[in-house]
Amino acid sequence: MTNPLPRWVDYGLMPLINVAVAFVISGLVVLFVGENPFQAAYLLVRGAFGGGYNLGFTLFYATTFIFTGLAVAVAFHGGLFNIGGEGQAYIGGLGVALIALSLDTVLPWWLTFPLAVLGAALFGAAWAYVPAVLQATRGSHIVITTIMFNFIASALMVYLLTGYLQKSPTLGPRSRDFETGAQIPKLDWLFNPFGVDVGSSPLNIVFLLALVMALLVWLLIWRTRFGYEVRTLGISPRAANYAGMRDVRIIVMTMMISGALAGMMALNPVMGDQGRLQLDFVEGAGFVGIAVALMGRSHPAGIVPAAILFGALYQGGAELAFDMPNITRDMIVMIQGLVILFAGAMEYMFRPALSRLFMRMPSPGTAARQETA
Amino acid sequence: METLVQLLDLTVRSAVPLLLACLAGLYSERSGIVDIGLEGKMLGGAFAAAAAAAVTGSAWLGIGAGIMVSVGLALIHGFASITNRGNQIVSGVAINFIAAGAAALLGNAWFNQGGRTPQLGSEQRFNPLELPLAETLGQIPIIGMLYEELISGHNLIAYVAFLMVPITWWVLFRTRFGLRLRAVGENPAAVDTAGISVSWARYRAVICCGILCGLAGAYLSIGVSAGFVKDMTAGRGFIALAALIFAKWRPVAAMWACLLFGFLGAIEIRYQGVDLPVVGVLPLQLMQALPYILTVILLAGFIGKAIPPRAAGIPYTKER
Repeated sequence: MTNPLPRWVDYGLMPLINVAVAFVISGLVVLFVGENPFQAAYLLVRGAFGGGYNLGFTLFYATTFIFTGLAVAVAFHGGLFNIGGEGQAYIGGLGVALIALSLDTVLPWWLTFPLAVLGAALFGAAWAYVPAVLQATRGSHIVITTIMFNFIASALMVYLLTGYLQKSPTLGPRSRDFETGAQIPKLDWLFNPFGVDVGSSPLNIVFLLALVMALLVWLLIWRTRFGYEVRTLGISPRAANYAGMRDVRIIVMTMMISGALAGMMALNPVMGDQGRLQLDFVEGAGFVGIAVALMGRSHPAGIVPAAILFGALYQGGAELAFDMPNITRDMIVMIQGLVILFAGAMEYMFRPALSRLFMRMPSPGTAARQETA
Repeated sequence: METLVQLLDLTVRSAVPLLLACLAGLYSERSGIVDIGLEGKMLGGAFAAAAAAAVTGSAWLGIGAGIMVSVGLALIHGFASITNRGNQIVSGVAINFIAAGAAALLGNAWFNQGGRTPQLGSEQRFNPLELPLAETLGQIPIIGMLYEELISGHNLIAYVAFLMVPITWWVLFRTRFGLRLRAVGENPAAVDTAGISVSWARYRAVICCGILCGLAGAYLSIGVSAGFVKDMTAGRGFIALAALIFAKWRPVAAMWACLLFGFLGAIEIRYQGVDLPVVGVLPLQLMQALPYILTVILLAGFIGKAIPPRAAGIPYTKER
């Protein structure tokens, strides 16, 4: 094994190098299709942060990605790869919509919203439950089962939306619009004191919920007994077993928490933006979560900035596509793939070189020890 | 009878890309490299084949480009998972996104048709082949008709796909290359002890996987369709993965699994919204989800047990 690197290199420099490589390759692709990569980068940054409205959209997308990123990260800590965030979020949306549609004329939003949060979490957790139990008790590989459950979720939602929830044949497969009892506040009141006007962007209170969830995940993983068990299982299932930890329970609980977080993502687009349930509202956010979790090193303090970066890419990418028609939003999908490749699959590529670099500069601690020896 | 033959014909058509991708995954996973990037390689191959065929006007150059791009993506996966000993699942996910993003981006920039490639003429595609005597034998009831309608009239890639089943079986179970390939997937340390390079065996398996995924992509974009459309693989790479598990990583069983899933696909296309006796209108979505549901049930061990190659997904570290 290579020598351990200083923490700031491991958690700060490495992800930055990985992302930088992904961006350099993307820049070459931009050059390849005949556009100026620096101009493209400028347009992208301006599109993402150039004004309150743009910032609002960036944070709106980031909200979604914080949830899916946390979902993937929690599972990672338990040594599980939850590729099913996409399906869990989709089913989570069903939970949100069922609560909203049945209560929006009866209760005020501040009573509907907590119930919708519960609905999203429960439905998402339920969709993760079957793959988790199959993994824990029958050894079915969770990666494959969660992929399969994504497709099953997609088919199920089309079936429900076209068959039961669709109200008007002209508008296509979507539920009716939510009434005022299920419309949640935007966040303009929070940003206005700072002189930032998020305007008509869909940024809403789910953003605050996402930040609270990031904090709760940190507490859960690093400050509770259950979190300790999850991490032990992730690092060494045999050690966990030997210590008497009940692995079936840990696997199922971890996956259900992961599924619940993924499901809560649905609150943001369904309740916070569209105000109805419609087809494919997840739009790949479940998969973006993989890139976010890998880049953020499965730590909430890394996931939140990584989610904002991807939010900026999604918002800036949309603006960029407007100014440079040659560069469609598909480039963001490619960048996402490159980040997953370099921050995830090839994370060890730069490690030996970095390790050698830092070996030459002995840290104060080792120098002192050598002198005494 | 007529409808049954049509249904079976449609089954074969849907099964071909699944079969090629499934066999591709078979080579890779038998050598210990888990590949959930079949979808991406297929998509990359489909795009490259259609783009090259559109630009050069030759179907053969198209298929060549498709295979090259797919092998290129396979080598990235190989580099990440063999040389860098990275996580193979993560790498596969990355390949899927890189291919999906790059194909749509380049397609839009090159051809300005919203990610499509230009409509291909018949000389730029692989057209249905009329097998000898098809029309004459078609007069004979049942057998002749099956020959004319079902066996004849597919394109070259489809015949190659079915030919690959015995070839794959022979390569894996009757050649030295196949023995080594399976050995590095079960017990790489033993292969290493015998002085054979684990990495090289795995790289060759990954290249085989790339070639077959490229063919699967070309079948879609310059075989049955006349050009590339964004996201045209539509999850077939994952159905192929399901079929591979269903077949328990065996070539002949892979063919039957792909035909079964192809049959489900054919029913889905053929009986959309048709009111059938007894069953009523088939819920379309149930047919779409059925391959996945069946695979989950199989994985749960309720219909036999699917045991993957023992070293699958584990990077090999040489002892020092």
